[in-house]
Amino acid sequence: MTKQADVVVIGGGITGTAILHELAKYNLRAILVEREPELAAGTTKANSAILHAGFDAPEGSMKARMNVEGNKMYHDLKDELNLEIRWSGSLVAAVDDEQMAVLKDLLKRGKDNDVPGLEIWDGNTVRESEPNVSKDVKGALWAPTAGICWPFGLALAFAENAVINGAEILRECTVTGITVKNHSVTAVETNQGTIETKYVINAAGIHADEISRLAGDDSFYIHPRKGEYILFDKTAQKDLVYCPVFPTPTKMGKGILVCATTHGNVFVGPNAQDMSDDEKENTAVTIPGMDETLEKARRLVPNIPVGATITEFAGVRAVSSTGDFVLGPSAITRGLIQAAGIQSPGLTSAPAIAKYLVDGIASEMSAARKADYKKGRPAQPCFRMLTNADQKALIARDARYGRVICRCETITEGEILDAIHRPVGARTVDGVKRRTRAGMGRCQGGFCGPRVTQILARELNIPITEVRKEMSKSYMFYDKETQSGGKA
Amino acid sequence: MGEQLYDVIIIGGGPAGLSAAYSAWQNGAKKILVLERDREAGGILQQCIHNGFGLHHFKEELTGPGYAQRCYDLVKDKEEIEILVDTMVLNINDDKLVTAVSPKHGLIKVQGKTIILTMGCRERTRGAIRIPGYRPAGVFTAGAAQRMVNMEGYLPGKKIVILGSGDIGLIMARRMSLEGCKVQAVLEICPFSNGLTRNMVQCLYDYDIPLHLSHTITAIHGKDRVTGITAAKVDEHMKPIPGTEFDIDCDTLLLSVGLIPENELSRGLGLDMHPLTSGPIVDQHRETSITGIFAAGNVVHVHDLVDFVSEEAEIAGKYAALKAMGKMEDNVADVAVEAAGEVRTCVPQHVRAGENGETIRLFMRVRKPMKHVRLTVKSGADTLLSKVLPVAKPSEMIAVNVPADKAKGHHADWTVSVTEEEA
Repeated sequence: MTKQADVVVIGGGITGTAILHELAKYNLRAILVEREPELAAGTTKANSAILHAGFDAPEGSMKARMNVEGNKMYHDLKDELNLEIRWSGSLVAAVDDEQMAVLKDLLKRGKDNDVPGLEIWDGNTVRESEPNVSKDVKGALWAPTAGICWPFGLALAFAENAVINGAEILRECTVTGITVKNHSVTAVETNQGTIETKYVINAAGIHADEISRLAGDDSFYIHPRKGEYILFDKTAQKDLVYCPVFPTPTKMGKGILVCATTHGNVFVGPNAQDMSDDEKENTAVTIPGMDETLEKARRLVPNIPVGATITEFAGVRAVSSTGDFVLGPSAITRGLIQAAGIQSPGLTSAPAIAKYLVDGIASEMSAARKADYKKGRPAQPCFRMLTNADQKALIARDARYGRVICRCETITEGEILDAIHRPVGARTVDGVKRRTRAGMGRCQGGFCGPRVTQILARELNIPITEVRKEMSKSYMFYDKETQSGGKA
Repeated sequence: MGEQLYDVIIIGGGPAGLSAAYSAWQNGAKKILVLERDREAGGILQQCIHNGFGLHHFKEELTGPGYAQRCYDLVKDKEEIEILVDTMVLNINDDKLVTAVSPKHGLIKVQGKTIILTMGCRERTRGAIRIPGYRPAGVFTAGAAQRMVNMEGYLPGKKIVILGSGDIGLIMARRMSLEGCKVQAVLEICPFSNGLTRNMVQCLYDYDIPLHLSHTITAIHGKDRVTGITAAKVDEHMKPIPGTEFDIDCDTLLLSVGLIPENELSRGLGLDMHPLTSGPIVDQHRETSITGIFAAGNVVHVHDLVDFVSEEAEIAGKYAALKAMGKMEDNVADVAVEAAGEVRTCVPQHVRAGENGETIRLFMRVRKPMKHVRLTVKSGADTLLSKVLPVAKPSEMIAVNVPADKAKGHHADWTVSVTEEEA
């Protein structure tokens, strides 16, 4: 089947979805293709979930510019798209004079990058704010504009708004080729057919170099760098922190931090392991990695409550060979627009990257803004956050909001149904988890996993044996009679 | 439903909750409410379709659902006992006002004169024990897999490795074998099994399933679905020994790595908790640190036999009923019960001794497997109980009675210890 589009976005992570959201504001036929059944299934799901202030990247770099701009944009987007963001501020802690000197450099760099409100605090001021921080910490750089967020939620919010405004998202759609004629893109070939288009935006994360090569541009490559995290139960927050606390940065990155999530969990990580190019998919956690993560986190917060661990995970960052984001039109292939090498601060930069790239395309195509563009997205009911009176009203409207499925996080069947049936709805167990938090608590889906599986099967009208955990072949259960699982 | 007043509100309709309800009724409570989260009462027994339950309590061998039915039959037609299913308790405040929610009744608030916490326990997860590797589909807690196989009719996989030799893991090894699956191995990090002896024999040896003691998993393989695991021998500190790794081909990993009492509501109430049992600290009546709030069963400490759960719940039911009716004896002394020597935990953790004296039943677990041990209960220098046990192991709870005449009047703190006797 052949489809027609003006712009095809490859990749449904935070960058791709932010771009689609921006494209949907124009009279353009935009299609996003994502290889997995769920959006935000790559780097977007396994990162530090921080909206950085913008003092890390050197002045003049794309990273610095997009970071500071993106951070500002999220302050508006938070209300517009009802995003889960807490403007917590962040700290970069120093333990000796050498590191204190680095803080001064960061402060200067931050000012050059136009980051507002930066201050250097002494150790006591740091501990007044975060009492569990180590006595060894001599001072810290305080950045009030930094925040913490729910990263998959951001990507899904962008996607939902885009779809409401007519953009199309094709999931489980793998790009197999890009047709280039006379140095210009003409079509994207996928496992779901051909999409004829003049523009391709390459937001393929760790695979962005491969996509670029499909379109004849091999000007950069992407190098995978793995980071491992350990997540703690909500009960651990009182022993840890309320805002991100970073160590003083090194060449390898911002270092292993101790950080809270928007829902009151706490995590430590990530370490930084350069992987070989054939290990882009390596998200395995390791014993040395977890040991390193804990050891380094203890330098910031000595008493890590290891017994309150609820899970570990790893993400792979897309580090570009250019040292900066690779943004804008390819110098080789017309119509190929790069949004590549999006490592940290990619999450923060996403809306700025989207605006930067889409402004360019819209002006080239003389595309007009949609007159009937709809802001926002459907409200997402959250039972546990409501007052008793509102809970009663919700159950009166739909009794299924009275049935708690996930007991650790108090998630009701009504919320799970909403997650499945809302725009770009959940198709997998982890998809439900990322939209509702069902299965994110301390039992990690032990009780609710089977029930969520049954609800998905019922609502998607598929056999239980076809319900997946998250990835395209991650089938969960087998039929007793035939001993077979998965999709025939 | 308005804000009704109950003599006893029981949180959880598993074997502990049902047994507590029956006992409260037997002891004269007139208005008893059981709140159950699942679609039916019976708790985790509903998915335990194997036999071996009830030998102590009902003097007959029953299946899990059979045992649950017995408990249910005792309470189902009692006018004084109301059971709400599909009902999740959201909050309990220290005035004993319970907020709960169900599709049928919406948000309800009910007031108890007393409350009994019988929420049971949950399984420890992969994350809690930090197993390295990928995070594919095919990693289940043994209980979640058991529910799918026994109640919903699906298999979690076909080629299985089980980590942990706790009872659920052993039972699932047999269950999966009976379903025609291949159980490749059971791995246990301890140098001894953590299951009941009868389960070792009936579930592993009878099916020729290899058990690797002092082994753990050092990697889970597979991006989408489990494709195998790497196992390794561990040293005396339970750290993997480099060079001892070997791979096992499998599509499923079941975890049976311990149970954790489900105490979110207890913590919300601010009950004093015990660090080793992970349950509320209770006296011999199973009353917690808040007067009128009782707790029993796996929420207090993890049992290996449901029979003992029922027994403990009957104690809580009785005294909650007496309390609700204002018939509890005034206590004259609060006596601590300390676990000492090789005794790791002992419930109750304290005794509120009255004038009349009563038999005190103690439940304890030891730290390591031992043969020919002497169990002693002392109050100061006085010995209240001394008996020899042929074996003692961490996986099998020990229950003893301190007779009323011995218990009476001993207000110095009690010490419960187990020591190995010379053969």
